Amino acid sequence: MTDEMTDHNEKELRALLKLEFPPFEAAELERDLWPRMLRRLDAEPHRVPWFDWALAAAVAAALLLFPGAIPALLYQL
Amino acid sequence: MELLERFATGDLEAFEALFRQHQKEVYAWTVRIVRDTGAAEDLTVETFWRIYRARQRFDTAAGNFRAWARRIATNAALDHLRHARKEAPLSEDYPAAPRGDPAAQSELRGHLRRVFHELPSKYRLVATLALIEDQPYQQIADAVGISAALVKVRVFRAVRMLRKKLSSLGVEVTAK
Repeated sequence: MTDEMTDHNEKELRALLKLEFPPFEAAELERDLWPRMLRRLDAEPHRVPWFDWALAAAVAAALLLFPGAIPALLYQL
Repeated sequence: MELLERFATGDLEAFEALFRQHQKEVYAWTVRIVRDTGAAEDLTVETFWRIYRARQRFDTAAGNFRAWARRIATNAALDHLRHARKEAPLSEDYPAAPRGDPAAQSELRGHLRRVFHELPSKYRLVATLALIEDQPYQQIADAVGISAALVKVRVFRAVRMLRKKLSSLGVEVTAK
């Protein structure tokens, strides 16, 4: 397919797409999002999921009880 | 200390100043990609959340916060497209423009909408920006983090995929 044909095909499809999905040329934000940003910042400061703590505790306990597993663990890492 | 340096050290006032300077632009870019005003607001907040978390990686010497924010916004929008594609076709806040209304055109519109939403997300992203929003290839390339040549390739492939899918549905897009 020549470049000219490709460009022509692209133009047809572009025109159809623009009819179906009108461009958002003048999309204006209608409100200040800073209050939402603040809530997001407040909601997630340094939160560590409980599962991570449980996993870390389980690994630490296993290593204390079975020190011989340390080389195997290091090998897996 | 400059605003960007204060932001990089975690100064919340500096972050607020940057947020207020750039929120409209991030939103305007995002809504063009996801085509949903509510999702674009959420993604603007998500973008700045990612920006805040990554503040220590921001290169204050280069100092191009705008380009950095746009790249992060594009990634957030792409994640949204990937997630939305698995669930349902995206909503369109802006109604489609009226056209002549024979049944064939209505069918074509339905097929076009469907096959466009079925495009893989990375192709839909560049196709939306290049074919619908008329953004320059270089600007898309900077936002996505690929070369302009690769953007052109993706647009070409997206057009080919759309034509192939439309053709399989018995729809030929022909010149008038």
